[in-house]
Amino acid sequence: MHAVFYSLLPACGVAVYFFGPSALTVLLIATLGCLATEAVCQRLMGQPVTIVDGSAAITGVLLALNLPPTSPWWLTLLGSVIAIAIGKQVYGGLGSNPFNPALVARVVLLISFPVQMTTWSVPAPLGTGLDLVTTATPLGEWKNAVMLTGKMPVDMQGSMSEYFFGNMAGSIGEISALALLLGAAYLFYKRILTWHIPVAFIGTVVLLSGLFWLVNPGKYPDPVFHLLTGGLILGAFFMATDMVTSPVSVKGMLLFGTGCGLLTVLIRLFGGYPEGVSFAILLMNAATPLIDRYTRPKTFGALSQRGTQ
Amino acid sequence: MKLKTFTGGIHPPDNKQWSSHKAIENCPLPAEFIVPLAQHIGAPSVACVEVGQHVAKGQEIGSAKGFVSVPVHAPTSGEIVAVESRPHPWGTALPAVVIKPDGEDRWSAELQPADPSDLSVDDMVEKVRQAGVVGMGGAAFPAHVKMSPPPEKKIRTLIFNGVECEPYLTADHRMMLEEPERILRGVALLQYVFGAERVVIGVEANKPDVIDLLEKECAGTPVEIMALQVKYPQGAEKQLIAAVTGGEVPSGGLPMDIGVAVHNVATAAAVTDAVIHGRPLIERICTVTGPAIREPKNLRIRIGTPLSHLVDVCGGLVEEPGKIILGGPMMGFTQLGFDVPSTRGTSGLLLLRSEDVAAQPEGPCIRCARCVQACPIHLLPATIAAYARRDLLAETEEYCAMDCIECGSCSYVCPAAIPLVQAIRYGKAAILAKKRNS
Repeated sequence: MHAVFYSLLPACGVAVYFFGPSALTVLLIATLGCLATEAVCQRLMGQPVTIVDGSAAITGVLLALNLPPTSPWWLTLLGSVIAIAIGKQVYGGLGSNPFNPALVARVVLLISFPVQMTTWSVPAPLGTGLDLVTTATPLGEWKNAVMLTGKMPVDMQGSMSEYFFGNMAGSIGEISALALLLGAAYLFYKRILTWHIPVAFIGTVVLLSGLFWLVNPGKYPDPVFHLLTGGLILGAFFMATDMVTSPVSVKGMLLFGTGCGLLTVLIRLFGGYPEGVSFAILLMNAATPLIDRYTRPKTFGALSQRGTQ
Repeated sequence: MKLKTFTGGIHPPDNKQWSSHKAIENCPLPAEFIVPLAQHIGAPSVACVEVGQHVAKGQEIGSAKGFVSVPVHAPTSGEIVAVESRPHPWGTALPAVVIKPDGEDRWSAELQPADPSDLSVDDMVEKVRQAGVVGMGGAAFPAHVKMSPPPEKKIRTLIFNGVECEPYLTADHRMMLEEPERILRGVALLQYVFGAERVVIGVEANKPDVIDLLEKECAGTPVEIMALQVKYPQGAEKQLIAAVTGGEVPSGGLPMDIGVAVHNVATAAAVTDAVIHGRPLIERICTVTGPAIREPKNLRIRIGTPLSHLVDVCGGLVEEPGKIILGGPMMGFTQLGFDVPSTRGTSGLLLLRSEDVAAQPEGPCIRCARCVQACPIHLLPATIAAYARRDLLAETEEYCAMDCIECGSCSYVCPAAIPLVQAIRYGKAAILAKKRNS
């Protein structure tokens, strides 16, 4: 659990650099909110309080990373309560939840408070003294243009290198691909992550979005844009790989990641929301028991796959 | 070159350094032998001696009952002092013959060596049966049964198990190093009996001295020495076959279904003793080891030696052990005390301190799937265990619980310390009980 926490530190650092104290506030409120909710829930249910296991804190950090830096304190706190109480404890706590708790909270907030959840600020690196200015995320910018004109926007606000380092509008934790990849590399090194879900997820997004881009580059953005903007890296490495809510077999993980990628591209290109990573992962979470059932490893010496009828 | 192995499995610390460099010592005779009549898979033998009777070393004291059964022999010459139930390593009191040695250690005159070239296959199998030879790897299945496959099951590949993948144990290692000719003569006899085309001795790569020695000894013979990647449970029959041949024994089937037979190297040595020397199985090599014993050793012990005697011979205890295990730490059997005797399956006596076996509190399963990666049978251990614990036996069985070989890899890797193999074992027993009752 501690390794996951450390792996998120680079992303948190970049967020504080670009968004200043507001990002730090959201991170603190979300983490403390999740810890408090877990303690209260367990106390009310007469169970041992297990907040020292770190799982609630991780959910808090992941939730904060999925919120806009302008998120008001009450929204963040509400998100924490939803994540832990509705996303996790009602199912029986750690290990029993079918959906990623942080994503449950994010999606509930997104649907319930669309204004607050889609008010993005222009990054203002520490020391530049810029005031808070609101803007759209790159994906939002593209979706607006396509909805209005049916074409790519003429002039995007950022360059690919800015996207890579994190100088763009977006959720606290999704802006810097570099910081997220650093954290993910650490988790690979510690053998907490396996490659299957992230590679299947990102690979599917790149292939499918690349196909659309090749067919109509005037309308659809290229795969690198899909990769670096929005929550794909955060989702593929840190959210979709949640062990509790993803399949257990290698085949299952590949299927799960592919499904996440497919849904993400479909929602991004044809859905009402500019970003689809959260919805894609939650929908695939729902499919996980089914995937597990149909991707059971072949038992040693079994003549044919049994149990799947 | 990449060494062969099976898929799945774990890498526990092997802890063989305690005893791997110690040459085999002959264990002095204890004051009293307790020879259990049930030491093998199959029907227990029946006592054929009476209290007060004097027996010679190697004389039959328990007769086989049925085909899947073997006789039991006196480990030394002496007087029968009791035929009664005594505590047994299997966990209950079972019938045993108690012998007080006379100190002469005199062989029975009836036991005569033979020239194998005069013997037919059937003669050899019969000699092995009469000698009470069983699988020495731990399962103790009567060897003569394995040597008599039905005629339609042709054995093409004969594999000898010199893997010794259980941590701590070094008995097979020392035997292969010190008595290779005893093993190799048995290998040749068994090859003749089975008429096998291919003969392989599988040894894990952590025993390079054995691999070098056996390769030298077997140069110019058809016997192939195969170094295998170090991994537990490679010594499990099905896993060893998969490592050596790449073939899978069908679920619910036997190795002979794919033309393979597996024998332990120590069994081969026992076959040599039986066929060539005419001597029954009354001794074996046993590793007495672990942090709680003062002087770890590889001992040649007579069957029926009480564990307390083994402890004395090894310098006594360092401290009161937290766990007494017959066999290795992964698949061995925990004992309640030292009053039980060693049997033909006693490959080791492992004495661990309380701090070595302190149980970690169980946590919730977070579906990390480490058990799935570790399972050599490719099962979903956490899923089966969860069903078994809720007595959902139909689901337990549907997820192939009966294929589990109980190697314990899942419990070993579980970061939440869930007793997975224990739950699965319970589920298997419940399924069998239900089948018996219906």
